[in-house]
Amino acid sequence: MARPIVPVPDPATQPFWDACNEGKLIVQYCSVCDRRQFPPEAACRDCGFNFHLTWQETSGRAKIVGYSITYDSRLVQWHPLQPFLNVIVALEEDPVINFHTNLIDDFGTNLSEEPDIPIGATCEVQFVEAEPGRMIPEWKLVK
Amino acid sequence: MAREVNWERNHDPVGIWNGRGKAALVARGHSPTDRRWDGESLDKSLGAFMMIAVQNALDDAGITIDDVDGIIGSAGGQGNGQPLSDVWGPRPYFDAPYDSEDGLTHVTGQWLRQQMGFKNLRYINNHGDPVWNLIGQASQAIADGRAEVVVVTYPNGNLPGRYHQDPSNQARGPAVWPNTWGWGLSGQGFTFNQYCQKYGTNHDRMAPFVVQERKNGLLWEHSYYAQHEPGEFTEEDYLNGRMIARDLSIFDCDRPVLAAAAYVMVSADRAKDMKQKPVYILDHTESQFSPRSLVQTIDDTEEWTDIQAQRSYNGSGLKPEDIDIFAPYDGFAVFTQYYIEAFGWRGVKRGEAHDFYAGDISLKGPNPLNSGGGNMGTGRMRTVFITDPLEQLQGRAGDRQVTTKAEVAVTHGVLPITAGTVVMSTSPD
Repeated sequence: MARPIVPVPDPATQPFWDACNEGKLIVQYCSVCDRRQFPPEAACRDCGFNFHLTWQETSGRAKIVGYSITYDSRLVQWHPLQPFLNVIVALEEDPVINFHTNLIDDFGTNLSEEPDIPIGATCEVQFVEAEPGRMIPEWKLVK
Repeated sequence: MAREVNWERNHDPVGIWNGRGKAALVARGHSPTDRRWDGESLDKSLGAFMMIAVQNALDDAGITIDDVDGIIGSAGGQGNGQPLSDVWGPRPYFDAPYDSEDGLTHVTGQWLRQQMGFKNLRYINNHGDPVWNLIGQASQAIADGRAEVVVVTYPNGNLPGRYHQDPSNQARGPAVWPNTWGWGLSGQGFTFNQYCQKYGTNHDRMAPFVVQERKNGLLWEHSYYAQHEPGEFTEEDYLNGRMIARDLSIFDCDRPVLAAAAYVMVSADRAKDMKQKPVYILDHTESQFSPRSLVQTIDDTEEWTDIQAQRSYNGSGLKPEDIDIFAPYDGFAVFTQYYIEAFGWRGVKRGEAHDFYAGDISLKGPNPLNSGGGNMGTGRMRTVFITDPLEQLQGRAGDRQVTTKAEVAVTHGVLPITAGTVVMSTSPD
């Protein structure tokens, strides 16, 4: 399914998007600071160096920490899908690391009433095609 | 021209500011306030409005252009220093001096110098934003002796069309993370939603605060609403506001306007010669944070605002009970509670802001919060956060004058993630 807006990789994010195309969710890891980092950056945000920055595969499992519903976006390409759901999920093995998802398959477009978003519920990553050859991570509820 | 230095006080421990009481804010000047520039009327361009505001500020101080030796301002016509031309340009230009964006949709100190005939400038800086940081920067420049009489300029523009709309179907750079998933104002909605869940409150409990701000704003002659929509705004109006991004309605978002303001700041020595009573700067502090991960959470928000509030208290040596006038930013109305709770004004603790709003926050009551009306009551010009504390401490706020003591003011903005705080006092000590 084509997405309204597709990401264009740059040198800092290319490994992340390449991994998505292989069905893997990876984040950066600084072995000196012993911390994961997402979104990807050229250097560790804590120590400021890139010498010890590597990529680490994650479980892809996450918990829902909150949500919003967009009724009037500044992003014109998203207007036809309004209202749409924005959910934030935090990585199960490291809750500091969070991601966007639209939980497309679980809640769809029926957002005219307050959706029953199960805060704390477990989700697992899936990869959907934003455009041919470009996969992006989304999450679905573990039922 | 003096060389720029790193002027921000943004590393702990900041300690008591060594410029305490050496700079004073003495006068303000405003342009008319319009909803948008029509792209044609040169007497209503941002440059024209900026010149009106500067002249009004000079008149208010009782000085002339020849007394001024510094201009510090935001050239950008819109928040975060983003020139309007980046959003809506390019356009056909006019004859000089309106033959570029400078003067139309942003205004540099160099353009003002040329148009208004400043002859004695030794310091110009256009890189500051937002207005709290400009006041801090000017205070530091004066305390450091780089200038003695500074005009601070703050133009805010708005052109025809919807605000900040992005038509692209591709996302690049940092925009890949929000835009790919349609994330926008939903960020503020999400954080507020987390706040409500954490403290068992809800969006509707914001109503008394926003309604009070509208009332206060109608008493400020430069407010967009006072000039163009002076009707009453009720709790029912607020509660019926259409949602933009849950839990953020149209009435939690400030309305973009076209306006300019200028301030005269001087050294403590020169302050004695001014027409208006000086209001001394006791401290300025700044901060810049990063989310722990992709999305700013309520935990991030509370940590950042706590750090900045404590930094301000450390820099000024004041305590919460010393603050008479408190002006925390409200560009999204949901910001204000984070700031009140961080600063602990009137004893408000985390999670208590909505209870506080339900009490008496009126102008003539014991807790006159945002007595100028904030952006919700005046439009998206931000300058009420400087003008109102100044006028309250000078005792010339007219119908907005609070009945409580007005000797020390704290004004704070803009975002939780990047902030500036200015502490003002009727006394330099």
